[in-house]
Amino acid sequence: MLRNGHNGHGNGHGGHRELPQLVIDDEANGLFRVHRSAFTDPEILDLERERIFDRCWIYVGHASEVPKPGDFVTRRVAGRPVIFTHGHDHKLHVLLNACTHRGAIVCRERNGNTKGFQCYYHGWTFSPEGELRGIPGEDAYEGTAFDKHERRLPEPPRVESYRDFVFACFDPHVESLRDYLADAAQYIDYVADQTEAGMEIVAGQQEYSMRANYKLLVENSIDGYHARTTHQRYFEYIAERGELDLQAMAEMMKVKGGRGLGGGKSLGNGHAVIGGGATSPWGRPIARWVPAFGEERKALLAAKIEKLEKRFGKEKAHMMTQSSRNLHIFPNLIINDIMAITVRTFYPVAPDYIEINAWALAPKDERPEDRALRLDNFLTFLGPGGFATPDDVEALEACQRGFKTIKESPWSDISRGMKRTPPQGDDELQMRAFWRQWWRLMNSPERISVSALPAGVGA
Amino acid sequence: MTSIAENKQALRLDVEEFLFQEAEVLAEWRLEEWLELFTDTGSYYVPPTDIQEADHRDTLFIIADDKERLKSRVKQLLGRFVHAEYPHSRTRRLITNVRVRKVEGDTVWVTANFVVYRIRLELNDAYVGRYEYRLKRVGDTFKIDERRAILDLEALRPHGKVSFIL
Ligand code: FES
Ligand SMILES: [Fe+2]
Repeated sequence: MLRNGHNGHGNGHGGHRELPQLVIDDEANGLFRVHRSAFTDPEILDLERERIFDRCWIYVGHASEVPKPGDFVTRRVAGRPVIFTHGHDHKLHVLLNACTHRGAIVCRERNGNTKGFQCYYHGWTFSPEGELRGIPGEDAYEGTAFDKHERRLPEPPRVESYRDFVFACFDPHVESLRDYLADAAQYIDYVADQTEAGMEIVAGQQEYSMRANYKLLVENSIDGYHARTTHQRYFEYIAERGELDLQAMAEMMKVKGGRGLGGGKSLGNGHAVIGGGATSPWGRPIARWVPAFGEERKALLAAKIEKLEKRFGKEKAHMMTQSSRNLHIFPNLIINDIMAITVRTFYPVAPDYIEINAWALAPKDERPEDRALRLDNFLTFLGPGGFATPDDVEALEACQRGFKTIKESPWSDISRGMKRTPPQGDDELQMRAFWRQWWRLMNSPERISVSALPAGVGA
Repeated sequence: MTSIAENKQALRLDVEEFLFQEAEVLAEWRLEEWLELFTDTGSYYVPPTDIQEADHRDTLFIIADDKERLKSRVKQLLGRFVHAEYPHSRTRRLITNVRVRKVEGDTVWVTANFVVYRIRLELNDAYVGRYEYRLKRVGDTFKIDERRAILDLEALRPHGKVSFIL
């Protein structure tokens, strides 16, 4: 697909590669098209790794996952195995999990608490901050230029956090995380501000996969259009439980004149949100009461709303308690604040296969019975055994299979509502925000600050 | 007089027969009938792949159904809108190592190993794990009071989902 070879052979660094027109952004005629090779071509994925995943801020984990010094979890971030640790220096570290001696994975456990990590191959030991502590037979390096400090476990060039969400970037020249997040930060605040005690990741990871391109999951995660058709069974289920507020539902789904799902909004740097201010038709554990929550909770939730109104004012409290939203942080983090809060990240293993990790986020000071209710509410909709997510997986895998017709049917259409203002909840503006940023980055060989890119490039 | 050992063996055979029947009912998608195998308070759990022994009230599971949600799950699966299971998967359950762990009054605790093959759209995924049952003796058969399908998979990869009954 690409006109010049790459993969580190031939031309080496960017500038010479010419991408064919993969995105057609025709404002005048209200047409937006994406070429399906963007979902299928391995060379495009190679370029995405270089120009997107190695250049943007990538979510690592939440500070609550490693609350005490010595705590660690292992996972993959932008394809690299890492150890996310809480150092004895009281800082959070992201250590690349490969021994600086001859490369073995240093920590092979999922999580734990430790004084240090030992690579079992030849026994080198590292501190939770990544310093190389011990080398069996260290005298063998006497008289050489060997430098123990230089052989520490490397960290990504940049690691920063916002409201306990920790990110890493493999490009040292990236702007600060706060600048990168642009207008998405306020939507993280809606979640982070739910309690003064702070939020935490609940035990139990949903670790699954999809035989589909990661960008299909990006689109799907902020797609209001599919809710009515793909998730019909979910709405029927909560209606049966007496949990669904049919009036709110009608309002939310009204195409003309209603508040819709709130409409999509571009938040800068490719981030987007769907869901504005409309009251959700379903119960929300933070403070949107429905009969299924039980009479006993009614007064408790009302008190919670009052407290949040005092702290943040009526408008923000309404957003936090009554309305729902799906937030996409470019390129691969989703925070859905819906029936419960889910934090979801994913990474492409191949053009047609991704690995997904999802967690539930909850207030630290929640009563055990409220935590149980939240998790129950989570499972009705979300996750690989929920009443919605499997149908999303099915849809995206069906798209990927459909792309085998690429030669005869090369373009996907993402034009919905392109000439409609304000956008409706089932329009595709938020997806266009993603694709525009994707296309800009894919066309920028120089490693420059993401938000410094001229808005028009490639559009 | 039958010995204790003979009694134990007879019980295990009854339990095995019950589990094998359940496997057949599930493979044939006779889900209404399957629901009948549960007590009124029967529940069905699939714990997360990273914590096999956990409580669904403080840990995020893959599935944690009480009887009400289980009824709805079955109704949905037999309807037209579980897109992930339409057309239906073929499933085949291999159930082995059936052990009676404990008996107290009419309650029997049972464990068994499973491999559940899910075959759909030219793909074949094997779900490997262990069942934990809490059964109630009812006449010469049982009702399921709790059913746990504990996966040995480290992640649902490449399986992606648990959209059928595991
Ligand atoms: S590779 Fe780790 S000590 Fe040799
Ligand atoms: Fe969906």
